[in-house]
Amino acid sequence: MAMIAVDTLNLSFGEGAAANQVLHDVSFDVAEGEAFGLVGESGSGKTTVLRCLAGQYTHWSGRLTINGEALGRTLDKARCRKLQMVFQDPYGSLHPRHTVETALAEPLAIHGISDASRRIDAILIKVGLPTSFRYRYPHQLSGGQRQRVAIARALILEPRILLLDEPTSALDVSVQAEILNLLAELREREGLTYLLVTHDLGVVAHLCERVAVMQQGRIVDLVDSAGLAGAAPEHPYTRMLVEASRHYSREMAEHGAADLNAVATV
Amino acid sequence: MNQDKHLLQVEDLRVSFKSGGSLVDAVRGVSFNLGREKLAIVGESGSGKSTVGRALLRLHPQSARISATHMRFGDIDLLACPERAMQDIRGRRISMIMQDPKYSLNPVMRVGEQIAEAYLAHHKVSKREAEQRTLAMLEAVRIREPLRVARMYPHEVSGGMGQRIMIAMMLITEPEIVIADEPTSALDVSVRLQVLATLDDLVSQRGLGLIFISHDLNLVRSFCDRVLVMYAGRVVEAIAAADLDKAQHPYTQGLLAALPSVDQRRPRLPVLQRDQAWLTA
Repeated sequence: MAMIAVDTLNLSFGEGAAANQVLHDVSFDVAEGEAFGLVGESGSGKTTVLRCLAGQYTHWSGRLTINGEALGRTLDKARCRKLQMVFQDPYGSLHPRHTVETALAEPLAIHGISDASRRIDAILIKVGLPTSFRYRYPHQLSGGQRQRVAIARALILEPRILLLDEPTSALDVSVQAEILNLLAELREREGLTYLLVTHDLGVVAHLCERVAVMQQGRIVDLVDSAGLAGAAPEHPYTRMLVEASRHYSREMAEHGAADLNAVATV
Repeated sequence: MNQDKHLLQVEDLRVSFKSGGSLVDAVRGVSFNLGREKLAIVGESGSGKSTVGRALLRLHPQSARISATHMRFGDIDLLACPERAMQDIRGRRISMIMQDPKYSLNPVMRVGEQIAEAYLAHHKVSKREAEQRTLAMLEAVRIREPLRVARMYPHEVSGGMGQRIMIAMMLITEPEIVIADEPTSALDVSVRLQVLATLDDLVSQRGLGLIFISHDLNLVRSFCDRVLVMYAGRVVEAIAAADLDKAQHPYTQGLLAALPSVDQRRPRLPVLQRDQAWLTA
């Protein structure tokens, strides 16, 4: 059974004539323990899909199921225990005046979980931070350390699924490598399921088994990430994204634009 | 390349900032020459790459101490040059393209006026002529309806168009050197390619020297001619962009290895091991 099943997900903002449909019949399944990537450019709707799953938007239509259970329109505690989100910017997602300990203890308090102190130590070790870091404030941490805390915050409720929204795009290359390694390790050890949103083809190819390519609110292509390399992907838009991640080329700048317009009018 | 072809010669550039009671060294002895070429400065955040770019135009606050054996732009020593003369150079002979058009365009001024203003600041011409030049420049950066776009406000244009407007504004004065500080990192891939192509054309047509500050090794490798790799305020390696794969310095090698790639899937990415010796070597 699929861990995450998204079936004909539609979402619009605004009403009547001003309605702007941002998701069009988005459907995909993610198996248990799989890492699934959503790629696309800004405005393609990739983060919006994540937000629907996370319960930040509730007026979607379609069917979302987690491990066989349909998701409701309310953000309840049970959902938070199943899935958690890691945000893009570790500078913005941690409360500047809360220590690491306070940030990590809050979800435990909300869910009435005892033994907070031991759990905080355990989770810090799990994400590769010394336990003494619990007394630090975010400004006393580097970008990579903050993202580790953000991952710890997401994992402390022991969810089965992590929704990762551009988890490394605010980080330097060398730090990105550390965080990607940590995410790969955690998935293997804990059997987590990942849904990763990114615009970086390299990151998605590294971490995920399958990738859905989104454009203007639709999934236009679904490929194995092994299939991104070597033989050129069939879909022109996917091909353009892959090529652009490798290098800059004159030709592509011109053809890419032409391809893009062709795709947009389909 | 012989000596007099260098547009810019920088030797032993040092920049430090006063922080509290102490001095923090941001750039520690950077030397390079720039010809009519595309020179990349790459490095991670805090490596000093943007500080170098800003030091060339003396854009740093009073608290910054800038020193160099020389920082020569043609016959002019940029460090000794009085502020008045500097104002003729900034934007006129050396201009700078910033990262994000959302923050670097004036939000309450039509984009056409902003571009014309850049021209009028350095040329005694009629407003009409400045307008004509603005439209021609917008066309040169491949904006399809220059007349319509010139009347728009920055919030009405897309990111890619905004960045092309920035490029138009920086090139309308026909500078000899353009410093581009992460000019495309706020843009989507397809738009990024088009903006780069525009920049590429203009640089080669007009024979400019381009300093391209970036953190993106893959981009720099295919877009630029030469690469300076910075680490902790120093240039640890200067290499032809085409030879980046043969980089000698462990930092450059480490950065390249840490990049996740579509073509080569590895279970673990090698993590950069920093060496104390790089700070001095």
